[in-house]
Amino acid sequence: MSVTRSGLSEEREQILDAADRYAREQLAPLAPRMDEEEWWPDDAFRALGKEGFLGVTVPPELGGAGLDLFASGLVCQAFGRWNHAFALSWIAHENLCLNNILRNANDEQRERFIPGLCDGSAIGCLSLTEPGAGSDALGSMASTAKRDGDEYVLNGRKMFITNGSVADLTLLYAKTEPGKGAHGISAFVIEMASPGVSVTQKLVKMGFRGSQTTELAFEDVRVPVANRIGAENEGVVCVMSGLDLERALIAPICVGVAERALELTIEFARTREQFGEPIGNFQMIQSRIADMHALVETARTYNYHCLAQLNDLPPGQGGRGWAHKLSATSILYAANSMNQVVDHAVQVHGGNGYIWETEINRLFRATKLLEIGAGTTEVRKLIIAQELLKN
Amino acid sequence: MKILVCLKQVPHQDARLDVNGDGTWIKEDGIKFEINSYDTYALEEALRIKDAGEAEVVVASIGPDRVTQALRTALGMGADRAVHVNDAACQGSDALGIAKTLAAIAKEESPDLILMGLMSDDGNASAVPPMVAELVGMPSATAVVATERSEGNIRVERELEGGAVEVVDVPTPCLLAVQSGLNQVRYASLKGIMAAKKKPLDVKTAADLGVADAVGTAGAKVKIEKIYQPLRGEGAEILSGSTDEIVSSLMNKIKELGLL
Ligand SMILES: Cc1cc2nc3c(=O)[nH]c(=O)nc-3n(C[C@H](O)[C@H](O)[C@H](O)COP(=O)(O)OP(=O)(O)OC[C@H]3O[C@@H](n4cnc5c(N)ncnc54)[C@H](O)[C@@H]3O)c2cc1C
Repeated sequence: MSVTRSGLSEEREQILDAADRYAREQLAPLAPRMDEEEWWPDDAFRALGKEGFLGVTVPPELGGAGLDLFASGLVCQAFGRWNHAFALSWIAHENLCLNNILRNANDEQRERFIPGLCDGSAIGCLSLTEPGAGSDALGSMASTAKRDGDEYVLNGRKMFITNGSVADLTLLYAKTEPGKGAHGISAFVIEMASPGVSVTQKLVKMGFRGSQTTELAFEDVRVPVANRIGAENEGVVCVMSGLDLERALIAPICVGVAERALELTIEFARTREQFGEPIGNFQMIQSRIADMHALVETARTYNYHCLAQLNDLPPGQGGRGWAHKLSATSILYAANSMNQVVDHAVQVHGGNGYIWETEINRLFRATKLLEIGAGTTEVRKLIIAQELLKN
Repeated sequence: MKILVCLKQVPHQDARLDVNGDGTWIKEDGIKFEINSYDTYALEEALRIKDAGEAEVVVASIGPDRVTQALRTALGMGADRAVHVNDAACQGSDALGIAKTLAAIAKEESPDLILMGLMSDDGNASAVPPMVAELVGMPSATAVVATERSEGNIRVERELEGGAVEVVDVPTPCLLAVQSGLNQVRYASLKGIMAAKKKPLDVKTAADLGVADAVGTAGAKVKIEKIYQPLRGEGAEILSGSTDEIVSSLMNKIKELGLL
């Protein structure tokens, strides 16, 4: 993809280019079948691990690339251009699970879980949302973990979990002291092969198809105390700072999708002829393309700003204050921009854009999810306004 | 063992190319560049030899500041060292000027093997590799599609017209100009990109290499007169009607032209 004058440093430009080449050659060819059949490419994570695209933020001693959050965002942007469903699964593994464990676990846990997540032999997911707990994930959480000697006994259901049916590990939140609300929640790493863990539904989606979205059930699952991440009842710190980083990192998917939609639209406007000339000659088409460009540029630039600011966020920080507001703003704007861009794109493509199997239609069906996952548009606005209005 | 890989940075495969104002080259402003695709196979071949045992891989390129990016990418893929001839005087060089500059680098480095791409995606001349070989006095083979190394020799398969293959033995040191598809080119890994920051990248001028007289438009024996997009030809015909009508009139045309 030829995006120029990105404002990135030479090294970051190279990271984006390397990921772009990988995604274009290896991930784009998987996209049509993933979209058609909700099919999951079993070998893809191992291949990614082999090429060094897992564990971007992980120190080399633990098997990672030793780079930063910004680099992770660039990989996500490149993957988003060529296979956004795969980018979503990558984020669930790489950021929601792996990076959260890296930031919040102790050394023993890091050594136990992280190398496998970096080489792709293990896939990760994050289990927060429940059938009855979405936007109010903490307050309405019904999953419980009761201490029993050296173990906890976990019971509950988790909903809309990305990678749930293909994961080996999940980072999961459950109430360890139900009476204490958000301050009675703890974080655990659960091995998906443990007795009592089951996939109760594979959900069929309108977009991001192929990324596996599941409902999970946990019935009397015994979890060693050594798998609790952080202190008991202090899971909220992990959730909230993790969510800020997740928002910062989901926005690049929007940027990638929008960039690709713009590229396809420019190409179409140049080559499709009506009334004896390319439709790109018509001012109404030009107007849409100019709007799309402005949305792509501003969403990308603001997201880069957000990634740069959050790059060195210390563990335990975030979940409130400037970082909270910044990441919510970035994803609010990026998701909204992407929705507008894909809408313009299909209009310029006319009937071709409405046909399911075209790439532009697949991009169009990416609309909405990124206004819902990682906190809805409404929740993002609540965060921003609360931060602005507080004394 | 030392291997020299010569790379050219060319416009990105997706870049939209427009001819410049005086019609002598393309507008380079605002387009993205990448390593010439043929050269990536040459680099991969060198890195495979490195992976298999002891070899130092040196990459060299000629061009403006932007070329640093191509060299850093090559270092990120695993090359050990880079030489960048960054000199405004080199602009407008012909193939011979480029070959003399690369040959001067080769003389300084005295590699056991020089690997290059068969041609460049933009210039398409295939002229530079044999010239370099001649200037440094090395035997060479072009259009290489397979290699097999033994003591003092490389047996190469060359692609000929019509899919035929020629097998030749080339004594080392030698220069090979490789065809695309020779191997599966690796990706620059994120770790590799980080490691590349610390690898040496020497910047030189034509004068440093003693080739100041040979380069640039002044030194060029071949000058580009004009570059243009071929005019749209007449004679394209769009068939219309129902599918059956289109098919039968298409069949008639093919028969008329004696193609069936
Ligand atoms: C494809 C997909 C993948 C997902 N992946 C994961 C995953 O990997 N892990 C995980 O834990 N979760 C995941 N989720 C869950 C996602 O985070 C939730 O869907 C999201 O948080 C919203 O929750 P909900 O769907 O229950 O909607 P609800 O919370 O029920 O919201 C319904 C509507 O009410 C609005 N609303 C709610 N509260 C308020 C309020 N106070 N003020 C104003 N409006 C309000 C919402 O904005 C929304 O418009 C995924 C979801 C999808 C669709």
